[in-house]
Amino acid sequence: MGWQIIRAWTIVVYGFMFLPVAVVVLLSFNANQFGSFPMTGVSLHWFQELWNNDAVMRAFRTSLVLGLMTAVISTTLGILASLALVRYNIPGRNAITTLLIAPILVPEVVLAVALLLFLNWLGIGKSFALLLAGHVIFTLPFVILVVQARLVSIKRDMEEAALSLGASPVQTFFSVTLPLMLPAVAAGALFAFTISFDDITGTLFWKPGGVETVPTQIFSMLRNSISPEINALGTVMIVMTVGLPLLGAAVARKLAMKGGT
Amino acid sequence: MSAVTLKNIVKRFGTFTAVHRTTLEIPEGAFVTLLGPSGCGKTTNLRMIAGLLDPTEGEILIGGKRVNDVPIHKRNLGLVFQNYALFPHKTVAENVAFGLKYRNVTKSEIAAKVRDALDLVQLPHVGDRYPKELSGGQQQRIALARAIVIEPDVLLLDEPLSALDANLREDMRVELKRIQERIGVTTVFVTHDQSEALALSDLIVVMSEGRVEQVGKPEEVYNTPASEFVANFLGASNISEGRCIEHGATIVVEDAVFGRVTVPAAKAPNLTGTGKAKLVVRAEKLLLSKAPAPAGVISVPATVETVDYQGQAVRYFVRAGEVQLQAINMIDDHPFAAGEAVHLHLRPQDCAALPG
Repeated sequence: MGWQIIRAWTIVVYGFMFLPVAVVVLLSFNANQFGSFPMTGVSLHWFQELWNNDAVMRAFRTSLVLGLMTAVISTTLGILASLALVRYNIPGRNAITTLLIAPILVPEVVLAVALLLFLNWLGIGKSFALLLAGHVIFTLPFVILVVQARLVSIKRDMEEAALSLGASPVQTFFSVTLPLMLPAVAAGALFAFTISFDDITGTLFWKPGGVETVPTQIFSMLRNSISPEINALGTVMIVMTVGLPLLGAAVARKLAMKGGT
Repeated sequence: MSAVTLKNIVKRFGTFTAVHRTTLEIPEGAFVTLLGPSGCGKTTNLRMIAGLLDPTEGEILIGGKRVNDVPIHKRNLGLVFQNYALFPHKTVAENVAFGLKYRNVTKSEIAAKVRDALDLVQLPHVGDRYPKELSGGQQQRIALARAIVIEPDVLLLDEPLSALDANLREDMRVELKRIQERIGVTTVFVTHDQSEALALSDLIVVMSEGRVEQVGKPEEVYNTPASEFVANFLGASNISEGRCIEHGATIVVEDAVFGRVTVPAAKAPNLTGTGKAKLVVRAEKLLLSKAPAPAGVISVPATVETVDYQGQAVRYFVRAGEVQLQAINMIDDHPFAAGEAVHLHLRPQDCAALPG
């Protein structure tokens, strides 16, 4: 009996959380000109509208470029930092790890304001580079956490064996270490991309005037009216931020099965 | 000429000295074992030869050349680890071919060399498989093939048999010896297992607490231990405090149990004169018997206290007067029982003596 109640309650809670999302996805295919029920038919009209909306497409491109650049930079820095922290006995290792992980623990608003004030103080204006830097700072901890965990499990012996066979340290990294931590690197890059892609708090503070990302674009569109286009945009966002990691996980599992680690 | 020379090597980690001043020559083509308990510095020495650790002091020479500043990947060494360290994302053939990629070897030569190496370790048909599809023993053979295919100047083996189970370990031991003799590569083998060391080595380096205790052929370190540590570490020994009462043409050591024993000079090389001395009696050399001793054999009455039956042999703990002694005897007929009165027979030439 008790379990029945808990089960029902769980279903209600999850329904409450996910039903609005489902409604957004459902309404994005609505043929009606208002973004609400009842549905009058199934159509891709709103996606087409989206495609023809320059502001949205510009925001989409900005988000994509920002997300990809964030992923590349964060992953590269994350790999290097993890290597340094795991493979080398550098002084103050724990302090550095805490410092690098800290951006997750600090509320995003605080981080956003702090960075902005700091740059103001330095006399540096807002720019795309600043926005990118902000996103890198914010996503780096995720990459480091994932990559570091993987690197710890890769035995040093494996790298030493490669070195003894004549591979230089750099060759060893690319032929042994990197392939073995590839699943973690891919996961880290995906994290970085998705977090950057749907970040709004930091982005609102850091973005230069006239530049919009998809989340800030939706935010500003909502201030005018609730256009059905937003439903379509929401659906696209869901596909990107949920679909990509799922795809990534599936690919990683395939790779892991083949590599057999 | 020595293949590897350690010259006044010292290794410290912070304030801890892992290896005290050590000088060691490893002859060309020899199978040399660094033997000792964990923490004795044997692996530290191996890693310094490999270039995975830098010595704090001293020089390392490989083939007569100083290699202190030569990084590991330029030393041309074969390295085999306890846990195989095969690359899990590469096939067996790719693993074996790995070292050849960094040498000037053509593709067809690589294929031929990989085939030969796999033949040598008697696993010719596993090239397309991944390491995790092989058993532990097979993986270790592949690791060995990977290390020798590059024709290293020195083969370094870091407890390569320790992860295998007992039966497999003995098979691999024979296999390892066969391969090493076949290719004749200078080999440095690190182990804590005395039977592996005795079975495989041309030369054993017994180490304890960062110091070399003795260097010698297996029979030498076994029969003529240079220190109490060596006597105890290799097999079981009875060591008693005694006195050397004659040190000239003949060496005579007197102890409480066996009385005056004439020890061969070759078995007391470190004894410099009369005075305090230790008598070393190997447990296998102490024979329990009901019969009286033949001429020239020392005989001491004793009582059997504990019987540790081991199949083809038996280990007795016997009491002779105040002293408990260990004896390991082959079983002839059936073993003696606890409580039985026996004679301990000991041939003086089987005894060794150490400075007191």
